[in-house]
Amino acid sequence: MQFEPIIGLEVHVELKTKSKMFCGCPADHFGREPNSNTCPVCLGLPGALPVPNKKAVEWCIMLGLALNCRVNEDSYFERKNYFYPDLPKGYQISQYAKPFCVNGSIVILGTSRARTPESKGADAGVAQHDEGQGRGKTIRINRVHMEEDTGKLLHSDQIPNYQGPKDVSLVDFNRSGVPLVEIVTEPDFKSTEEVVDYLKKLQLIVRYLGISDADMEKGSMRLEPTINLKVTESVSLSRSEITSEGVMPGDPALPAGRSSIDSGQGVLSAQARMTDEGQNYWKRKEVSYTPLVEIKNINSFKFVKQALEYEIKRQSEEFLKTREQKKAGNKATMGYNEAKKMTVLQRSKEEAHDYRYFPEPDVPPMHFTKSQISNLKSQIPELPEAKVVRYIRDWSIKETEAVIIVENKNLAAYFETAAAEALQKDYPVSKLSGVLVNKRLDFANLNPKDLVQKLVQEKEQETLKHEELAEVCREAVEQNERAVSEYQNGKKESLQFLVGQVMKISRGRAEPQLAASVLKDLLK
Amino acid sequence: MTEISKEEVKHIADLAKLPLSDEETGKLAVELSDTISHINILSKLNLKIKNLSETSQISGLRDIFREDVIDSKRILPQKEALSNCKNTHGGYFVVKRILG
Amino acid sequence: MTGLNNLTLKEALEGITNGEFSGRDVVVDCLAAISQRDSKVRAYLSSVSLDEINSIEPRSDSVLKDLPLALKDNILTKDFKTTASSSVLKDYKPQYNATIAEKLIRAGAFLLGKTNMDAWAHGSSTETSDFGPTLNPWDLTRLPGGSSGGSAAAVAADLCLAAVGTETAGSIRQPAGWCGVVGFKPSYGRVSRYGIVAMASSTDSPGPITKTVWDAAFLLSILAGHDVYDATSLPDEVPDYTARLNDSVGGLKIGVPKEYFEGVENGVSQKVMEAVKQLETLGCLVKEISLLDPKYSIAVYTIIQRSEVSSNLARYDGIRYGEGREAFGPEAKRRIMLGTYALSAGYYDAYYKTAEKVRTLIINDFNRAFSEVDLIAGPVSPTIALPVGVSRGQSMFGEMADVLVEPSSIAGLAGISVPCGFSEGMPVGLDLIGPKLSEELVLRVAYHYEQSTEWHKERPNG
Repeated sequence: MQFEPIIGLEVHVELKTKSKMFCGCPADHFGREPNSNTCPVCLGLPGALPVPNKKAVEWCIMLGLALNCRVNEDSYFERKNYFYPDLPKGYQISQYAKPFCVNGSIVILGTSRARTPESKGADAGVAQHDEGQGRGKTIRINRVHMEEDTGKLLHSDQIPNYQGPKDVSLVDFNRSGVPLVEIVTEPDFKSTEEVVDYLKKLQLIVRYLGISDADMEKGSMRLEPTINLKVTESVSLSRSEITSEGVMPGDPALPAGRSSIDSGQGVLSAQARMTDEGQNYWKRKEVSYTPLVEIKNINSFKFVKQALEYEIKRQSEEFLKTREQKKAGNKATMGYNEAKKMTVLQRSKEEAHDYRYFPEPDVPPMHFTKSQISNLKSQIPELPEAKVVRYIRDWSIKETEAVIIVENKNLAAYFETAAAEALQKDYPVSKLSGVLVNKRLDFANLNPKDLVQKLVQEKEQETLKHEELAEVCREAVEQNERAVSEYQNGKKESLQFLVGQVMKISRGRAEPQLAASVLKDLLK
Repeated sequence: MTEISKEEVKHIADLAKLPLSDEETGKLAVELSDTISHINILSKLNLKIKNLSETSQISGLRDIFREDVIDSKRILPQKEALSNCKNTHGGYFVVKRILG
Repeated sequence: MTGLNNLTLKEALEGITNGEFSGRDVVVDCLAAISQRDSKVRAYLSSVSLDEINSIEPRSDSVLKDLPLALKDNILTKDFKTTASSSVLKDYKPQYNATIAEKLIRAGAFLLGKTNMDAWAHGSSTETSDFGPTLNPWDLTRLPGGSSGGSAAAVAADLCLAAVGTETAGSIRQPAGWCGVVGFKPSYGRVSRYGIVAMASSTDSPGPITKTVWDAAFLLSILAGHDVYDATSLPDEVPDYTARLNDSVGGLKIGVPKEYFEGVENGVSQKVMEAVKQLETLGCLVKEISLLDPKYSIAVYTIIQRSEVSSNLARYDGIRYGEGREAFGPEAKRRIMLGTYALSAGYYDAYYKTAEKVRTLIINDFNRAFSEVDLIAGPVSPTIALPVGVSRGQSMFGEMADVLVEPSSIAGLAGISVPCGFSEGMPVGLDLIGPKLSEELVLRVAYHYEQSTEWHKERPNG
């Protein structure tokens, strides 16, 4: 029996606009007195009306474009109706039928476009798996849409020195109405590594765009994975089954339309002819799926990995015990308990989630022209993946170093300024990158120009004095008689070998060009 | 004529978070059925509307946004935000304990 | 009874300008009238007391010169109780003013009090108010109509100089018609909805209820205009609507839709047809036209309005303000339930989506009509004011009473109800409907008609 995880992700990112999504209250809600950052609109008072924040909409579209999405030229907001004490209007203004951005993609586990500039990702119908060729894997993004954040619900035991009424929850609406972008993937992840790499990539893109701090601990980036397992087992066919000869097609097709995270993956059996020790016989390959589980309350990449790994184990054990399969209505919601390192059931059955979406009558529809979209596209700064490609192409730096540098937006900016300086001073950029990655420098107190200056000086000091170099060269000649005689017999390549030996003996401190000329003199 | 059962009424009341008495549930089943049979008249127009798009906004407006600026004159002091609430504590609105 | 409360806005403004009396004198007379007669009519839910008015600074140099107005109780007034006639909001003191309340205050209005309405504006009788019905000043055994019934009754009974109501589908014109006053429903988006307890957001339109067309034009000039807090408010310039009332109406084409006279009481039809003839006398060209049967509009309106209501009333959860959801009255519960049903999984396409398509059909139908005529004329309501108690337990009462004004509301058009005579001693209203943003034209034709008749001079109190 084989278990293969199927994971999809919903990520929420709070935008750091100045004001909230539909009113002029500050979007920065951290560390304020409770309920001191509201107005009639975000407090859901009678008669208050929403007016959308232009910048937030633009940022949402920019993020979608950065994730290779198609922008819906015609779009509108809808009301998602449900009751919860942190939702002041009894509905959340969100998007459903016409999200701003759809059908995007992101490449994980590698930088595919470093080698294949015409990435197929954006139009890919299915996730591509070409890890074998080191090209990464494409995760499909179903949608990137705009909505408003809810208030915050606290439980009395979470408040230090709490002395108020018992058995209550407390509501703070400071966060209510902060712009929130939701990024939904297809269920394309097959391992927790893939999930974490995706999250890191997404977080980095968001930070490069400068639209959010995407801080998991502060809650400005939140994620909800949905996971179940594909179970494959081989079962010998009975005589009657063998004679019936019904052969079913291979893989389950996901229904079109809605996010396939919610789509039905029913039981499907495929029949396959199998060979065993030269003897033909029929076996049935049976595929089933464990019930979907959505995991909430995860606030770090470490915990998402732990929670998913726990869930993979739990679901496979559960399946062996109960053989319960995914069906409509048995999606469960679990929370992650960090202390116990386990997922905890919150709701066993999906509640009657009927959000009764309809177009928000208070906000007129929106239309984005091609030129508006391309204008937004032009505002997207160079993203980390493109930087990696450029660093390797232009400056021949190691991919591993390039990846580390771009992981920090400030470091990348620092590096680029320093690289420009290094090029002027004839200092190799490939060495500079190594310095930045390996030496933990105090960048705040050393500007890029001074750093390069320092490196150039060090390099000069490190270079071997002429006598020392001559000594090393003599040593190399003595130790490599064969290469010497080959060189003297006209094989010019042997000189390079000898230079290499000089570098080796001097532990890299020799200047290769200088060494070559000293060697030439010696071998005349 | 569409008949709405008491079970359906209860389900809708759950969605709408309306506490209903048994008597109200029964009465609403009849009233809703009655209203629905009235509005089913629209099916007579099916042919006429086949190729029409929906109108959900009659202002004719499009692309109405506000600039991203803070509007401090509408911000309510904490005391005012809480002023119509009977159950507050330490600046918070108080509700019955929510699990989870 | 020759108190200053009997004056029209225009008369009062002239009197103040001529130094005959002050706005504050008019306020005093209105309050006296309220204390004498409102115990019978019950138009007001709350009003300021005589003691309180001295604490309010007079502003005689303002546009409205302290003249007393009444506001429907779904219009938020800061620190002044606003209930939408629902027990859910029985103690609610708003933290802010509706844009139109703010505009009126800045223009120097004296806000006398808040008028009764159908709870949440759900109805056409003012009988579904959780605080009891308002009665028709012409006959206290009859209903004033609704949902702005308190506002219309207050104007008709001279308990204020003018009032502001809101119409979602008939809620200004129908009570104005039943109470024999002028009710103007502006184009959707012409007057801001910010700070008005939302009923059906996609059609709610606040507007004036007044004693004369001039007063409606004057008040509309103050109420109308773009509001940055309402994304659906129209940015178009607001003219002085009184400026061109006297312009000629000669040659204007008036369409009379035959479908709007089906099932209408004889007495009402007769008065409306006489009014149409009068328009002809004034130089208008009358033409019979055909419009989509208004019964379809009832269905469209029922679906859209209930759906939006179910969502708009979701914020009343008793957490931040007001009472819990058990405090909703039977009519609100009915509407929330139907709307929830219409939007729920499996029914959305059949109901909401279909209704929004038929809405397109209705708009196209009016566009076609307005390519032939300038205005459409018809009765406001199929009947005169009905007896108290008739609406109870009828889940579609409002829709039936508003059948003739619902189509134009669904399409967001401008419309006015003008008194056009009496049937069985009760007022009849003429409905004039114009295209979107035709406020000036609708008011001008209504003004010419009104000035050529004496109906607007009739008062219930003799």
